[in-house]
Amino acid sequence: MTAQYLLKDVRILDGEPTDVLVAGGLVAAIGPEAGDAAENAPDDLDVIDATGMVLLPGLVDLHTHLREPGREDAETIASGTRAAAAGGFTAVHAMANTTPTQDTAGVVEQVWRLGAQAGWTDVHPVGAVSVGLAGEHLAELGAMADSAARVRVFSDDGKCVHDPVLMRRALEYVKAFDGVIAQHAQEPRLTEGAQMHEGVVSAEIGLAGWPAVAEEAIIARDVLLAEHVGSRLHVCHLSTAGSVEIVRWAKSRGIDVTAEVTPHHLVLTDEEARGYDPVFKVNPPLRTQADVDAVREGLADGTIDIVATDHAPHTREDKDCEWAAAAFGMTGLETALSVVQQTMVDTGRMTWADVARVLSTNPARIGRVEGHGRPIAVGEPANLVLVDPEQRRVVEPERQATASANSPLRGRELPGRVVATFLRGRATVLDGVPQDDPADPRFAAGRVTP
Amino acid sequence: MRHLLSTTDLDRAAAIRVLDTAAQMAATQGRQIKKLPTLRGRTVVNLFFEDSTRTRISFETAAKRLSADVINFSAKGSSVSKGESLKDTALTLQAMGADAIVIRHQASGAPHTLAHAGWTEAAVVNAGDGMHQHPTQALLDAFTIRRHLTGGPGNPDGVGNDLAGLHVAVVGDVLHSRVARSNVDLLHTLGARVTLVAPPTLLPVGVGPWPAEVSYRLDDVLAQGPDAVMMLRVQRERMSTAGGGFFPSPLEYTRLYGLDARRLATLPDHSIVLHPGPMNRGLEISADAADSPRAVIVEQVANGVAVRMAVLYLLLAGDGDTAGTAPATGAVPALTSASSSGSTPATTAAPTTTAGATA
Ligand SMILES: [Zn+2]
Repeated sequence: MTAQYLLKDVRILDGEPTDVLVAGGLVAAIGPEAGDAAENAPDDLDVIDATGMVLLPGLVDLHTHLREPGREDAETIASGTRAAAAGGFTAVHAMANTTPTQDTAGVVEQVWRLGAQAGWTDVHPVGAVSVGLAGEHLAELGAMADSAARVRVFSDDGKCVHDPVLMRRALEYVKAFDGVIAQHAQEPRLTEGAQMHEGVVSAEIGLAGWPAVAEEAIIARDVLLAEHVGSRLHVCHLSTAGSVEIVRWAKSRGIDVTAEVTPHHLVLTDEEARGYDPVFKVNPPLRTQADVDAVREGLADGTIDIVATDHAPHTREDKDCEWAAAAFGMTGLETALSVVQQTMVDTGRMTWADVARVLSTNPARIGRVEGHGRPIAVGEPANLVLVDPEQRRVVEPERQATASANSPLRGRELPGRVVATFLRGRATVLDGVPQDDPADPRFAAGRVTP
Repeated sequence: MRHLLSTTDLDRAAAIRVLDTAAQMAATQGRQIKKLPTLRGRTVVNLFFEDSTRTRISFETAAKRLSADVINFSAKGSSVSKGESLKDTALTLQAMGADAIVIRHQASGAPHTLAHAGWTEAAVVNAGDGMHQHPTQALLDAFTIRRHLTGGPGNPDGVGNDLAGLHVAVVGDVLHSRVARSNVDLLHTLGARVTLVAPPTLLPVGVGPWPAEVSYRLDDVLAQGPDAVMMLRVQRERMSTAGGGFFPSPLEYTRLYGLDARRLATLPDHSIVLHPGPMNRGLEISADAADSPRAVIVEQVANGVAVRMAVLYLLLAGDGDTAGTAPATGAVPALTSASSSGSTPATTAAPTTTAGATA
């Protein structure tokens, strides 16, 4: 029987302190009734003093690279979702660029099943738009949608669906099952060999440039395509001021577009490349301070709907080398909430209700994920995260739950700590520690092994 | 100076110190016995991930004339060209006791990574990295310009001088050129005015903050009477679609940006022409221009050895190191030749030539 938890003096979003009882997989009671109900509870009641802490709906990541199948040396579904739970997530979307590619019902079901077995978060596989991410033929989108994994988000992420006809067909086709195309916006010809943002820093340090226009041109095309065929479009990891402008314009026209920004694009700039440390190599690249300011503003005013991590674990050998030879990507699951707190909440741009909107409610809605991103109310599924915004910590990648250490925030002090995460009433994290099941042999050493 | 990775590592005093030391080195090279004992027992590794016979030979000659042991490590191609290999190679060279690593790499920043990743204790000299920097090329260019345009009777090398008041035009493929980047920084540090001349396609987006003027028109810049014109190598392949399609045809490039006899004739009498080599005769520079008396291109090669001797000397024997003698302030005889037994350093004598290729 799952334990029951009484969260004492917790603030629900920005509210006044109250008590919340988590029992039977649900938010069982709120306020004075929570304490009363707890009095009659069985022995296994766990009382948590949540004074000063904030309760949010469990976070939902629309953009996670779990690397399994294919690159289990960098991350597994078990280690990645354990990291997600540690970061306050209760659901993640597993990107399709695995080996084999998640482009058939068989592969997405395998990922979905491994996620369910691991039990740390719900795992929603993203289906590839094109076979093998090759950008030529539509993958069997309908089969993936109808599979046990119930895929609703389709993306060739890592690559751009650059052929306008293929993009148009994909946008149209997924309307049949209320799907969405999540586009990695990168015009391929404009970014051949690109290593970092094209601008003052790239000119000086001699790395091939990844121009902002290569992202913006694709977004502009795609919002017009979405308008033309009346489809739903999601823009992955938008990173430039121009992209924010285009999405703002598209929304003002009533186009059904949503957009995401990553934590790293909220906090880091291309200046980081000056030391040639490949931990800062990412796609799309870190941009300028003006872009950082623009994406923060876009997130605050709702132009950008969500924050998604683009958590991209890489092995040491893929980063321990010269910049040009290194892989693109950085980890983010365990620091995302802290970065949002630091850049958006502590600066007064957003409330905790806004955080819940961009990290839970909106991503759950875009991904058509049921049971997540719900209001915190009696009778709702207890997918919750308890955060202590007053605590501060220094990022130590080697001590994170993710199997890879390529965090760009190494050594930085960040505000906020995930104290507990609940997945349908079960604590996946307590006291900031992932709750490994001792009965599960994979967790025997207290650490997930592939 | 711990490493030489970029000309931005050098302030005005440090740059002049390298050039003055190079002048001393150049003076010893006029002698019959050119070898100095200064780096006896020290090991210099030429680590070349990219072919460049000219640069490698120049560094090799410089190191040998200072009596260092030289190891040429050609790491181009096959298994060593990717990823982890830079680290493994660095660890290997560290284990072999390399005192200095001269690195040429196709990836911008590879020398920086080698110097700062904690893989080796050796001094790192950047011999050209991707589109980033080639600091010894800029130093030899500055040395050559200073000698020709600031030297005079009694001070033929212009020792102690900077390049204040001189105007240098740098013409060609600035976008892909580590030579251009190194030169803009160093020439600016030394007080020269720099004008970059190129078709807009061959200038980087983000060139704005560089301490240089930019022009698309070579004839306009030549009409200003620059003191030195530095022609950059332009690869013919840049014209093709696969190469980026940066200009329509070699012919058009030559017409608009090539230095030929007609353009040469418009320059003031004292102006000199430089080229880092290897030249594409008939593309960025005509045979007339390349072989004219104003062209100091062959001299650049000789000066390259002196400048590289100075850099290795300052990195490995400068600043009170017992293996070396006083640098810039000392008279030329302070850098005694190998034939003079009196100054043989205390370090264990080692064979003075080793050139076995490993890898
Ligand atoms: Zn992507």
